[in-house]
Amino acid sequence: MWNRFSTPNGMSRRHFMSHMAGASAMLGSSLSLGHSLRVHADTLKKNRKSCILLWMGGGPSTMDIWDLKPGTDNGGPFKAISTSGDVQISEHMPLMAQQMHHMAIVRSMSTREADHNRGRYYMHTGYVPDANVDYPSYGAVMAHELISQRPDLEIPPFVAVGGASEGPGFLGMSWAPFNVTSNGRVRNLEMSVDSDRLNQRRIALETIENSFISQNRGGVLEDHRKVLGKTFDLLTSKQMEAFQVDKEPTEVKERYGVGGFGQGCLLARRLVEAGVAFVEVDLGGWDNHQNIFRTLENDRLPVLDKAMAALTSDLDERGLLEDTCIVWMGEFSRTPRINGDAGRDHWARAWSVVVGGGGIKGGQAIGATNEDGTEVDGEPYSSEDVMASVCHALGISLETTFTSRSGRPMKIANSGKLIKGLFA
Amino acid sequence: MAERKGKCTIMRTKKLRRPLVFQAASVVFSALLLFVGLGNLWGVSGFATRAFAQDEASKPNRKATVPVQTEKIDKAIEASWSDAGVRPSPVEDDLKWCRRVYLDVIGRIPSFEEMSVFMKDKSLDRKLNLLRRLLEDDQYTEEYANHWSTVWTNILIGRNGGMEERSLTSRQGMQKYLRDSFASNKPYNTMVHELVTATGSTKPGAENFNGATNFLAMKVNEENGVQATAAVSKIFLGLQVQCTQCHNHPFNQWKQQKFWEFNAFFRQTRALRRFVRGTDDIDHIELVNEDFSGEGSHPDKAEIYYTLRNGVAKVAYPVFVDGTAVGKSGYVSEVNRRGELGNLMMESDYLDKTIVNRMWAHFLGYGFTKPIDDLGPHNPVANLELFETLAKDFRENSYDLKQLIVWITLSKPYQLTSKMTKDNESDDPTMGEMPKFSHFYTRQMSAEQLYASLAVATQANRKGNLEEQQRRREEWMRQFIVAFGTDEGDETTTFNGSIPQGLMMFNGDLIRAAIALEPGTWLHQLSTGKGTPQDKVQFLFIAGLGRKPRPEELSVATQILVARKGEVGGMLQDMWWAILNSNEFIFNH
Repeated sequence: MWNRFSTPNGMSRRHFMSHMAGASAMLGSSLSLGHSLRVHADTLKKNRKSCILLWMGGGPSTMDIWDLKPGTDNGGPFKAISTSGDVQISEHMPLMAQQMHHMAIVRSMSTREADHNRGRYYMHTGYVPDANVDYPSYGAVMAHELISQRPDLEIPPFVAVGGASEGPGFLGMSWAPFNVTSNGRVRNLEMSVDSDRLNQRRIALETIENSFISQNRGGVLEDHRKVLGKTFDLLTSKQMEAFQVDKEPTEVKERYGVGGFGQGCLLARRLVEAGVAFVEVDLGGWDNHQNIFRTLENDRLPVLDKAMAALTSDLDERGLLEDTCIVWMGEFSRTPRINGDAGRDHWARAWSVVVGGGGIKGGQAIGATNEDGTEVDGEPYSSEDVMASVCHALGISLETTFTSRSGRPMKIANSGKLIKGLFA
Repeated sequence: MAERKGKCTIMRTKKLRRPLVFQAASVVFSALLLFVGLGNLWGVSGFATRAFAQDEASKPNRKATVPVQTEKIDKAIEASWSDAGVRPSPVEDDLKWCRRVYLDVIGRIPSFEEMSVFMKDKSLDRKLNLLRRLLEDDQYTEEYANHWSTVWTNILIGRNGGMEERSLTSRQGMQKYLRDSFASNKPYNTMVHELVTATGSTKPGAENFNGATNFLAMKVNEENGVQATAAVSKIFLGLQVQCTQCHNHPFNQWKQQKFWEFNAFFRQTRALRRFVRGTDDIDHIELVNEDFSGEGSHPDKAEIYYTLRNGVAKVAYPVFVDGTAVGKSGYVSEVNRRGELGNLMMESDYLDKTIVNRMWAHFLGYGFTKPIDDLGPHNPVANLELFETLAKDFRENSYDLKQLIVWITLSKPYQLTSKMTKDNESDDPTMGEMPKFSHFYTRQMSAEQLYASLAVATQANRKGNLEEQQRRREEWMRQFIVAFGTDEGDETTTFNGSIPQGLMMFNGDLIRAAIALEPGTWLHQLSTGKGTPQDKVQFLFIAGLGRKPRPEELSVATQILVARKGEVGGMLQDMWWAILNSNEFIFNH
């Protein structure tokens, strides 16, 4: 009866042990067996790579943040200020200005998707939407590739904070983002029964599940089983404490900013410390078709600045930045030309993303846009290239290939190329 | 009823003579009484065995009655199987088909009692008879209307529309309109016309209430009605135009000009705020048509301007997608632009195709195109000929949605088992293949279906009228909704088979209520009633999964009973928890 639990890959020791504990619980024993056999974690933490994606939903105007054109018709009212790196950024990002020696701005992004859904999908996967193949997103890909570095991880390796992120595509639902609110609240964690009884229920459930799975009714059922396994793991895990962002000192919480995004970034740090491979933190509200400058100056930029700067410096101080890649991007940027409503519309042809950590050479800008910000000067970069570079920073081989069940090989990051100059 | 040509009268035949005794709300309880009251458990088992045994209905040389459109579907799909080199899975047993139909037509699984009524019908036409009960019988009208109102509310205003604090969309108003429309089986084209041209107040009880206005109420004022343009074209015509708002799109034959010409139809439409008398508090929205003076202030030739990428300003007047122009006047008395749009849409075959595609995907899991609301020329179509035939037949049959439901649910592809065979494993749309419909595609229930199914299976959450139940359900569903940070209000749900859903099913309030053992709950009645523990477990399996437990499942139950120190209620709780969490329960298969 227990052979069915020996899934070949993707099952942690802990996961396996809880099954064994389930079996013994039937005989009146308890869960304690699992703990004594756990691999000692410290040795594994070394060189454990992670990634934090700061996702700017709506499409932020990068020429008002990272690539200013003061004094031009398109430039808008913001001034550029000097930073701790060899780049200038918006005057409304003063705290990040002190952290820019860690970050590189890629100013020559040029993409083609200027619709929210298409752009979100493309920037998250490296592929344009395709009706026939459902591609996995950043978080799913990275978690899938980095999971072997964290055999003791009991909580999901891919967490989306305060937003939806994108799905796991053909990797299956067991690689889906674990969505939590920015205060780290996870619903329905409180069990009404003790762990022995939970394990008994688990055995009853798996008995029903498995006979149905064996009837060859489609891969979604196998995914369901895996997700159930992960849910059981999480219920009994001490690592869930990582989500309790409330336990941080007030001073720290305030440094990140007390709003959703600030607390989300703080949560991201805690999750990375706990071993989560990929955290996406969402900040929406960048779809500024109207009144863009007031919105950026008074609302979005202060929120972003505080949280992103606190996160960067915190990771650095804790020695985590070396192994943690930070990626800042949205689905596209906004028109250089300012429209009649003092806003900017969608623009994907020339814009910026920001990356840092994980060995990326900070304090620099790569590529440039032309004088009025409408076109890229020099070599343009794509979503695929950003993804390939992030993979490289995390030690994931760009030769990694996924194979669909239909036998079609797909190279990681859609065969994107390394962005020149990001790595020393 | 065996009419096979022209206007199918499936929906208009006389009511079934045998009245159904059991109201939906009390079905489980009735079944329970039946179970407990019989006392003789072998009697119960015997009843169950009789009710659930496959009968001899399908003798050779006799065929069940099917509409001619179903025959067309079968013929076309069968031909496509041989073209694609796949062989279909066997036909699923009738009880599983029955479960599908309940889920897809009225949004929940059948109760124990409903399953036995179905299985006791030994006639060749028992499938059709069931459809007639669900579609015609008064006792199901409310559930039918409620289910389709839920489906369409999500399409028209999203899962989150009207749920935000101080939202000016009235979700109740939207649902009321839709419930009434589906309850009276309003022709689909009439419904679309009403939704596109609606004027009046959004909120039930307000003067001049018209719930249909909620579709556009929050889509017209911002950004010159760009959202209304995108939503109407996508939802009803299968045309994705949102990209062409700013520029000509490389993959889309729609050009920027077309977008703004379509947009011009919405420029007389205003969503006015109406206040609570004597205060500044907004009470509701009233959607009105007002004279539009145009952006150049010539109301008799009310133009709008848009800007090309190179900065050149262009002018646009209302022109439909097929090139038909209407008058340029901005005066409503001369040209009611939305009214004209509604009329032009009625003539478009995109209207027919879009709804047929949507309904096909509702029942079969995938449409003829992916995604279903993109019928643009760039997007490939599976079974083009069948698709076009069905669309034409639907138009010729007065846009009667109930007939379309019958055509599809009686068709061969809908009846196949979800078990794949060696000869059709390659037919897997999740792996990027075009769907060939050679087996049923296993899929997750929607959150709404799961909620309603739990209510049927457990008697929980059934207090109050359907409207109150619907409100409670939506409150519950909010936990799954995640919005994206865009102005277009995009959103998604985490009720997608991921861990948050798993946690909800393990520990959520809904499940706690479903397995509650307090006096008054059905599980308490079951546990304290007569019968052996084994019989009670069997009852749980039939109620939840429509089948008897397998030996290994009974043996787990026995072991759990030992662990519970012989306490039957606790064991039933554990088994019921496992059944409700199982793939077999939460998937439509």
